[in-house]
Amino acid sequence: MSGFRLADGGRVDRRSKRNFTFDGKAQWGYVGDSLASALLAQGQMLFGRSFKYHRPRGILGAGVEEPNALVTVDRGPGRVTPNLRAPSVAIYDGLIATSQNRFPTLKTDLIAVNNMLSAFFPAGFYNKTFMWPRGAWEKVYEPIIRRLAGLGDSPTTRDPDHYDATYAHCETLVVGAGPAGIAAALEAAASGGRVFLIDEQEEIGGGALSDPAQWAWLAEATAKLAAMDNVTVLERTTAIGHYHQNFVVAAQRLADHLSLEDAEGPREKLWRIRAGEVVLAMGAIERPLVFEGNDVPGVMLASAARTFALRYGVAVGRKIVVMAVHDSGWRDALALHAAGVPIAAIVDLRREIAPELAEAAREARIACYPGYAVTSVSGSLAVKGVTIALAGVGKGQKLDCDAVLMAGGWTPTVHLWSHAKGSLRWDDSWGAYVPDKTHENLRCVGACGGDWDFGNGLSVGLLPAPKPLHESKAFVDFQNDVKARDIGLAVQEGFRSIEHIKRYTTNGMATDQGKTSNLNGLQIASGVLSRPVTEIGLTTFRPPYTPQSFGAMLGHHKEALFQPLRKTGIDDWADAHGAVYENVAQWRRARYFPQGSEDMDAAVARECRTVRSAVGLFDASTLGKIEVVGPDAAEFLNRMYTNPWKSLEPGRCRYGLLLGEHGFIIDDGVSARLAPDRFHLTTTTGGAARVLNMMEDYLQTEWSDLDVWLTSTSEQWAVIAVQGPKARDVIAPLVEGIDLSAEAFPHMAVREGKFCGVDTRLFRVSFTGELGFEVNVPAQHGRMVWEAIWAEGQKHGAAAYGTETMHVLRAEKGFIIVGQDTDGTVTPDDAGLGWAVGKKKPDFVGKRSLSRPDIVAAGRKQLVGLLTDDPQEVLEEGAQIVADPNQPVPMKMIGHVTSSYHSATLGRSIAMALVAGGRDRMGETLYIPMPGKTISAKVVMPMFYDAEGSRLNG
Amino acid sequence: MLLIHCPYCDEARPEVEFVYGGEAHIARPVDPSTYSDEQWEEFLYIRNNPRGRHHERWRHTHGCGRFFNAVRDTVTDVFEATYKAGETRK
Ligand SMILES: [Zn+2]
Repeated sequence: MSGFRLADGGRVDRRSKRNFTFDGKAQWGYVGDSLASALLAQGQMLFGRSFKYHRPRGILGAGVEEPNALVTVDRGPGRVTPNLRAPSVAIYDGLIATSQNRFPTLKTDLIAVNNMLSAFFPAGFYNKTFMWPRGAWEKVYEPIIRRLAGLGDSPTTRDPDHYDATYAHCETLVVGAGPAGIAAALEAAASGGRVFLIDEQEEIGGGALSDPAQWAWLAEATAKLAAMDNVTVLERTTAIGHYHQNFVVAAQRLADHLSLEDAEGPREKLWRIRAGEVVLAMGAIERPLVFEGNDVPGVMLASAARTFALRYGVAVGRKIVVMAVHDSGWRDALALHAAGVPIAAIVDLRREIAPELAEAAREARIACYPGYAVTSVSGSLAVKGVTIALAGVGKGQKLDCDAVLMAGGWTPTVHLWSHAKGSLRWDDSWGAYVPDKTHENLRCVGACGGDWDFGNGLSVGLLPAPKPLHESKAFVDFQNDVKARDIGLAVQEGFRSIEHIKRYTTNGMATDQGKTSNLNGLQIASGVLSRPVTEIGLTTFRPPYTPQSFGAMLGHHKEALFQPLRKTGIDDWADAHGAVYENVAQWRRARYFPQGSEDMDAAVARECRTVRSAVGLFDASTLGKIEVVGPDAAEFLNRMYTNPWKSLEPGRCRYGLLLGEHGFIIDDGVSARLAPDRFHLTTTTGGAARVLNMMEDYLQTEWSDLDVWLTSTSEQWAVIAVQGPKARDVIAPLVEGIDLSAEAFPHMAVREGKFCGVDTRLFRVSFTGELGFEVNVPAQHGRMVWEAIWAEGQKHGAAAYGTETMHVLRAEKGFIIVGQDTDGTVTPDDAGLGWAVGKKKPDFVGKRSLSRPDIVAAGRKQLVGLLTDDPQEVLEEGAQIVADPNQPVPMKMIGHVTSSYHSATLGRSIAMALVAGGRDRMGETLYIPMPGKTISAKVVMPMFYDAEGSRLNG
Repeated sequence: MLLIHCPYCDEARPEVEFVYGGEAHIARPVDPSTYSDEQWEEFLYIRNNPRGRHHERWRHTHGCGRFFNAVRDTVTDVFEATYKAGETRK
């Protein structure tokens, strides 16, 4: 209980109180307070428990750099946000905030017992556990780590909020609205271009908010910006990343500072801003110092104490010791003293202090200890005092205090500069990296550009101490609980690059991305290795600058808008007739049409029997379609597909097999020649765009001499497959101008005419093995034509069938599905489709690869049929196959099941599989080991029904 | 997100309109059957992976649909040039 509200001062509105709760206890603050300042004003020093050791932790900083005071804010079901930084949370009436990582309460955390077991969590702990017995990891370490370590709890219910997103363009984007950013924005705005000024805080002003002398200027500048039409000022907006060509993504928090009742509209808005010039004015973050006890609640950054006092009117203690290695600590101490915050002493590792600072401290009657360092802090839940020693190793001297301020120098905030791949150079006067060169139209101004007067100082990080490094309990990374000795251990174990040290110790890998720990970690590694910092490197900053909600990232792209859902013109009919859908690529397709209480198996069995015995209707509109037109169309297809096309007569169809140049099957489909210079190609549903892209590639870049035009017509045609012995009878009354007789219209032929009075391309093709037609009509007539066929079909006992039945019927015939029975490593011969390869063709895409040594070698996986010894056993697709079930584990796997169904027609299960040397294994029994049992199956040809194909000719 | 200048549309458009097409200036042999296995392997699979200037193909898929070539710096991602298919290597 040491912080308190100062009698006056600060930007808070002392006439307006706000009530909230922290850990269930009623608290209050003023309008303008952050959660941190309001609680500090009430004397709260303890804010959370640490990540690994559950150590009590207080406030370190006053901004987004805060690593310790992470809270969960609960705005109702689905609106629970963990890991918010208390200094960045604005209070409102009814705010419910809770501390994290404590069990059961913040003050008595039982798990903090492993504070004593911290030897259990050394650097590289995670890596080392992987080298221990696997059983120990699964049963002991992982459950323990999951229980102990972690930050907050993930929400478990759906987020009911919505999130907006927008694009913006401007001549100048300024990130950060401190004095430097505001000046840059005013200057850019004067030239008339569009200017965006964005800032992450509740109000613009940055560092000026903590300096009352600048408030008059700030108010004036704010009003001036607001009055300019070409300036957009966005508060509560965090530039989370800089991407190529000055594309900056920023998340604006629209509602989190309001109670749920007062919040209207979206919670956040994600801005994607393309700017001609980007000006980074992101300021700098003060560095903590590394000494024993530097994580006791009450030890914080000097700049934070200054902000709490001058911006919020809150003193962080009643007797404060400043531990500085930098002039800015003295300046902050003096400013705090002037504001009525009791500063007891300034300890500075430097023996020489700037005379004006020393003099001012003397006048303020602040005890000064030049050349001294804090060597320990007493107190566990709050600071009770410090021990200081000359040069850290002299005789210890105790000072009473209730807060310790650290002034370790300043680190320019170069995160976005680094996102933009801007280079950095080491600057000795800053003891930090500062921006150097960039290829973007990007510049840094103010402190983040290394252009700010914080005074002079040392860049030491680790204070000298009586104990050796390997005994030091001083913390470097507060959020990830990394100690100075962990970095020493990493170096001792052989790590040299900071990128490796970082990963081994996890220094800088927490949600704060090392905003307060990277430089200190680097300095310590440099010291242990006795090599300059610049030789140890610098870890890479990556977006986002601060943690972001998934909601903002997703924006409107959720639920129905997550991705496009493509529906055919017949989809409504299927819906009205009880279709159960499945998604295929972005299409939703009717999978089966259950009647009454049928489950999928029953429905599919009925649909299959109906097609084989009468007739079925199938919506095949999703098939990819490409119109290939031009004098060289046949020549082009001849080069693309394995099959010969030049000899195909107009009016005839051909099954086409498409390979990649590597010789593997990538697509297939039946295509028709409508005229000497016109083909109607079909592709797989999922492959349509890919195939067109590939064809365009060859046409544009390899064979640009060919006169051919390719047009995607996938969505121009509705396709209705009518399959079964009654197919001709069903369509006959609806067709005009086409002779449907078997002689005039044979299998694999195409005719143009009228269907239900509209233009049709009528294909006589079959993917079921039955007599079949595929009726192509312009898409807008699809529903009408489907209903007409359906009505006719009812006279012949027709059923609608879905993709599942289509799969079973084609599998009974051994027809492959590219992507299911092939996997990108299957050649035509592997798939048993050698017959589709034009042997006499001099060239086609992939031909040369078919004679590569590995492709012609024996023992390749080949497509075969499998019949389980138990006819009712349906294999699992993807199941692995072995030749000998009694061999020791791990077994030699010789293939896998690609397709497997129960066939109602055959009254048993059928399967296809890719098996090494499969066609030489006909009649062999193979084994499919499954959990709890091993299934045996006989290898057969992948053709289970009507091998002679007589049913096609009905 | 990159802005890419399509030499056919003569416009800088956002990356989402384009699809990357691999290394440029790798012509398919006129008669692949004359290639040895080693030559064919080289054609199929062996690509440059330079640090710096990279000649590569892009397609303006959601625009004019044309394939074109580009020189991009693989370190900075800055496009030095984009030019039409068939034009000499820059
Ligand atoms: Zn274009």
